[in-house]
Amino acid sequence: MRILRKRFLVQFLNSKSSITEYSMKNKGDLFKFPEASTMPSRFRNTIGKYIIRRSANCTSCGTCAEICPSGVHPKLKDYSRSVKPIEHKCIGFKCQETDHYCIDACPQKALTLRENPLLTTMGDFRWPAEMMLAHFAMAETGEKPKVDLEYNLGCSGGGFDKIRLKNSKLNNTPYDDTVEIDTSISLNKSEDERPQITIPMPGYSGGMSYGSIALAIMVGRARAAKRLNTLTCTGEGGYPDELHPYRDHVITQVATGLFGVTEESIKRSPIIEFKYAQGAKPGLGGHLLGSKVTAEVAAIRETVIGRPLFSPFPFHSVYSVEDHKKHVDWVKEINPNALISVKVSTPTDVDMVAVGAYYAGAHIIHIDGSYGGTGAAPDIAKKNIAMPIEYAIPKVHDFLKSEGVRDKVCLIASGGIRNAMDVIKAIALGADGVVIGTAELIALECVRCTNCESGRGCARGIATTDKELNKVITEKFVEQRIVNMYLAWRQQWCEILQQLGMKSIRELVGRTDLLVHLDYLDQAERSLYQPAPKSSMVL
Amino acid sequence: MPKKYNIPIKNVPPRNFPVGKFSTIEFREDCAGSCRNCVKKKCIYNIFDENYSHMRSMKAPEYIYQCYSCFRCVQECTKGIFSRVINPEYSSLGDELWTPQVITITWRQAHTGAIPVSGAGYRGPFTGEGFDGIWTDMSEIVRPTRDGIHGREYINTSIEVSRRPQGLKFNKDMSLDGDLPPIVEIPLPILFKQPDHGVLTDDVICSMASAANQLGTMMIIDPDVITQAVSPYLKSLVPRLTRENHRNYQTLIQDVPMVELSYEKGIEKEFAELRKINPELCICVSIPLEANAVAIASEMAAFEVDTLHFYGTDQGKEKVTDNPRFLKDVIQDIHLELVDKALRQKVNLVFSGGIALSEHVTKSVICGADGVVIGRSLLIAMECRLCYRCNKDIACPAKLEEVDPDFGSARIINLMAAWRNQMLEMMGAMGIKEVRRLRGEMGRSMWFEDLEKEIFGSIFKQ
Repeated sequence: MRILRKRFLVQFLNSKSSITEYSMKNKGDLFKFPEASTMPSRFRNTIGKYIIRRSANCTSCGTCAEICPSGVHPKLKDYSRSVKPIEHKCIGFKCQETDHYCIDACPQKALTLRENPLLTTMGDFRWPAEMMLAHFAMAETGEKPKVDLEYNLGCSGGGFDKIRLKNSKLNNTPYDDTVEIDTSISLNKSEDERPQITIPMPGYSGGMSYGSIALAIMVGRARAAKRLNTLTCTGEGGYPDELHPYRDHVITQVATGLFGVTEESIKRSPIIEFKYAQGAKPGLGGHLLGSKVTAEVAAIRETVIGRPLFSPFPFHSVYSVEDHKKHVDWVKEINPNALISVKVSTPTDVDMVAVGAYYAGAHIIHIDGSYGGTGAAPDIAKKNIAMPIEYAIPKVHDFLKSEGVRDKVCLIASGGIRNAMDVIKAIALGADGVVIGTAELIALECVRCTNCESGRGCARGIATTDKELNKVITEKFVEQRIVNMYLAWRQQWCEILQQLGMKSIRELVGRTDLLVHLDYLDQAERSLYQPAPKSSMVL
Repeated sequence: MPKKYNIPIKNVPPRNFPVGKFSTIEFREDCAGSCRNCVKKKCIYNIFDENYSHMRSMKAPEYIYQCYSCFRCVQECTKGIFSRVINPEYSSLGDELWTPQVITITWRQAHTGAIPVSGAGYRGPFTGEGFDGIWTDMSEIVRPTRDGIHGREYINTSIEVSRRPQGLKFNKDMSLDGDLPPIVEIPLPILFKQPDHGVLTDDVICSMASAANQLGTMMIIDPDVITQAVSPYLKSLVPRLTRENHRNYQTLIQDVPMVELSYEKGIEKEFAELRKINPELCICVSIPLEANAVAIASEMAAFEVDTLHFYGTDQGKEKVTDNPRFLKDVIQDIHLELVDKALRQKVNLVFSGGIALSEHVTKSVICGADGVVIGRSLLIAMECRLCYRCNKDIACPAKLEEVDPDFGSARIINLMAAWRNQMLEMMGAMGIKEVRRLRGEMGRSMWFEDLEKEIFGSIFKQ
C-alpha cells in the first residue's frame, strides 16, 4: 500500500497532466496550452481548394519542389521522380504575385492550376465546403489556414452568417502575441460549497454517446480535453471503462433513457449534465439503430444486442420544475462535489425553462439550438422544431438579467456554433461559453455526408461501431486533431479580443453593442461589411 | 375507445433507377488497370457492384444513384482517378418549391414508408419563404409532451369534413327538432385530388383512389375519369361538379359521401337539390385563392356547406398576379375572418397548392386549416419527375402509364405513413394529442418575422 502511494506521489509530481487536473479545480492560470503538432490527413488524396495537375512533360527536374514554401511539391528521398502534389496546401492564384509560382516557374510548363470542382459537391448552407476545408487545415496544423478559405461565415443567409463585429469597435492594430489574453471561463458562478471549475477556453465538447460514435473518438476526445484542460461529455450511452483515466475531464450525461447511468459514474464526474432535450431533435427522444447495438454497447447500456434503443421524451418522472428539482437534489446528494448542468432545447418559453432550472439548483444552463448536429435525427425535427440558438441566447440572457440571477449562473450555448467567430458572436449575444460537437468531428475529417445512421454507419470511421470501419481512426489522431483545432480557434479569439481592446473573454459576455446585423443597416453602411458568401448550393 | 389508426407500410422498391444526386467521374486513362487495391471493391455501400454489371452488359451507364458521397474512393484511390460531380439531371429536377431534394425525399418515403432520418445537423438555409419561415414549438420541463412516435401515447390525426350545427333545437318532449347533419370523419388531415397534369391513365387514377380508400381518406376527382376500374372505391371519391353539370351525375351522387362544387355566385342554391338526391351528402365548395377569397369564405360559410376547399398555385401561393402571398398568410386571414364572424366552428377549411412535405401539413393546420389537399405528391410517389414531358406528348421517363395499381397505391400509402409519422413527431414535441386541437394554435409556433422583431430588433435596430 505504501509503495503504491509512493508511486502515485511520484507520478503526481512527474506527470504534467496531474498538474493540469489540479489547476482545473482551482488555479486556471497555472495551465499552459499544449503545443500544436502536425497531424496530417488519414487519406492519401487530400481535398484542396485548388488542384494542380502535372502532365507527362514533367522531367522531374525538381524546380517546383525547390521553390514552393508551402510544401505542395514533396521531394522524396531516394526517389528521383516527382510525386503527386499535396494539393490542399496550395495557396492558389494569389501565389502568382510571388516569386515562387510553380506554374510559371516550371521550365517544361508541365503544371496546371485550377479551382477544384469537387468543392461544388461538398458542404451545405451551414457548413460550406471552404469552412470544412479550413477546419481540416486547422486540425492538421494548429494554425489558421494559409489558403484563402472563408471559414467565418456560412451561406445560410441568417443568424450568425448575417452578424458581424462592428467595424468602429475594432482597432486595426496588428496582433501582438506577447500580450496575455485570458480565454478562460468559470463554470460555477453560484456561491455554494462546490468546486470552482475554470476551463481555459470558452467551451467544452458536447455529448456523443458510446454506440453512436467509435470508442476511439470518445477516448481521443477525452484525451484532448485532458490536454486542453477542458471537458468532454459521455452522451447518454454510459461511461465506458476506457474513459476512467480522464475522469476529471468527463461529464456524465443523465438523459431520458438513463442508459448506463450508475451511481459510480455519477460519483466520478466533475459535472453531471441532465439532458432534457437535444437541439437537433427537440421534443423527441434519442434513437440508436439496432445495427449499432453491438455486444459492447448492449453491455454498457444494459440492453439486448441488435435491438434498437429509443430514449423516451421527456423524463417520465419530470413534468414540472419541482420534479426537476427532485432530480437535481438526488444527484447532488450522490455526488457532493459535482456541478449540475441542465441541457435544454429552445422552445418559445426557453427563458422560463432556464430560470426554472436555475432555481432548481443548476450551475450551468446549457441551451441547445435547433440547428445542432446529431448522429441521427428526423429531418423534420432538425429543420422545423424549436428556434435557432441565435435567438435563444439573447432571450435567455436578458431574462436571467431581469430576474437578477445572470451573475449566479453559467450560460452555455450550443447547436449550430461552427467556428471560432461563431463562438465570439454567441458570447457577445449573451452566452458565457459554448459547447462544440460537429466542428470537432469536422476536424476529424467528417465530410457531413449525413449517413451516420445508414448501413454499417459512418464510412469515415467516426460515427460507427463497425469493427472494420473503426480501424481507420486512432485515438492519437483524434486527440491531436482536436487539440490543434482549438489552438487555432484560440489564436483567432485572442486576435479578436485584442482588436476589441479586451484582456479577457469574460468582458465580452452580452456585449451586443459590438455587433451589427446586415439586415438592420442601410445600404451605405452595409457595404462596409463583408457580404454573406453567396453560393448555388444543391441539397 | 375507437380503434387506433395505424398505416401499415411495406417496402416497395422503385421500378426505375431514381435520379441520384452524385455521379462519379473516373479519369480512366490514369488508372493502373490491374490495381489490387482498387477502391471500387472496398466501397462500404457496395455501389460499384451495380456499375460493374452495367459495364459487362454494355448498357448505357446509369448514374450511380446510391452514392452516399463519403469521398472514400475519391480520397483513397492510389492514382487519384476519381472525382465527383452533381448529377446534372438531379439539379434540373423540379422547380423552386418542388426542389430536387423534395422530390428525392418523397421517392424515398414512398419506397420505404420510413421517415427521412439523417445524421449531422440541419443543412439548409437559416430561414425561407412560405412555411420555411415558421418553427414549431416544443415542450420542456414546464409543459408535458406526448410520446406519439413510439406508440406510447395515441395521437389522433383525424378531422371531420362534415359541417357542425351551431346549436341544437328541442321539441317540447325534449326530442330533437329536425335532423342532425351527418358526421363524416377522415383519419388523416389530408385529402387527395386528381393532379392538374401528368400522366393520368386509368391505372394511375386507380392507384390514387385505391390508396385513398385503404387509408380511409377521400379523393377529389373529375367525374368523367370515374370508370369501371375506379368504381370499387366510390365511397372514397369526391366528384368535382359544377352548377351546370351536376344534374348529369345523379346516380353518382347517390353513391359518394361528398361532392365538390366549383364556386360561383349563388352556388348555395344547388345544395338543397343535391341533398334531396342523397341526404347524407357532404358538400364541399372549391374556391380559387384570389384577392376576394376571404370575402367569399365568410359568405359561403354562412350557408349549409360542409367544407371549403381553397386552391392556390402549385408553388403554394395565391392566384393573383401582383405580389402573391404564401399559403401560410392566406390561411391565417381566412381562418381569423371566420373566427371573427363566429363561423369557424361550423365549416371545415382545406387548402391545396404547394403542399410538398409533411411539415407543410402541420404548419397549415397551425395557421388555421383543418386539413390539406394534395395532388402532385401522389404522382411523385409513383416516380414522377415533374419534367412535364407529358404536357408535350413526349414519353414519360418514369413510364407512369405502366404503373400497376397495387404498386402505385402501396407507394402512396407508404408516403402517407411517413408523412403521418412526421406529423406525430411534430405534434408530440408540441404536446398536442389531437390534430383538431392544433388548428389555429399559432402560439405553438415561432415565426421568423416575430423572432427577428422581438429579439434582434431590440438589439440591432438603431
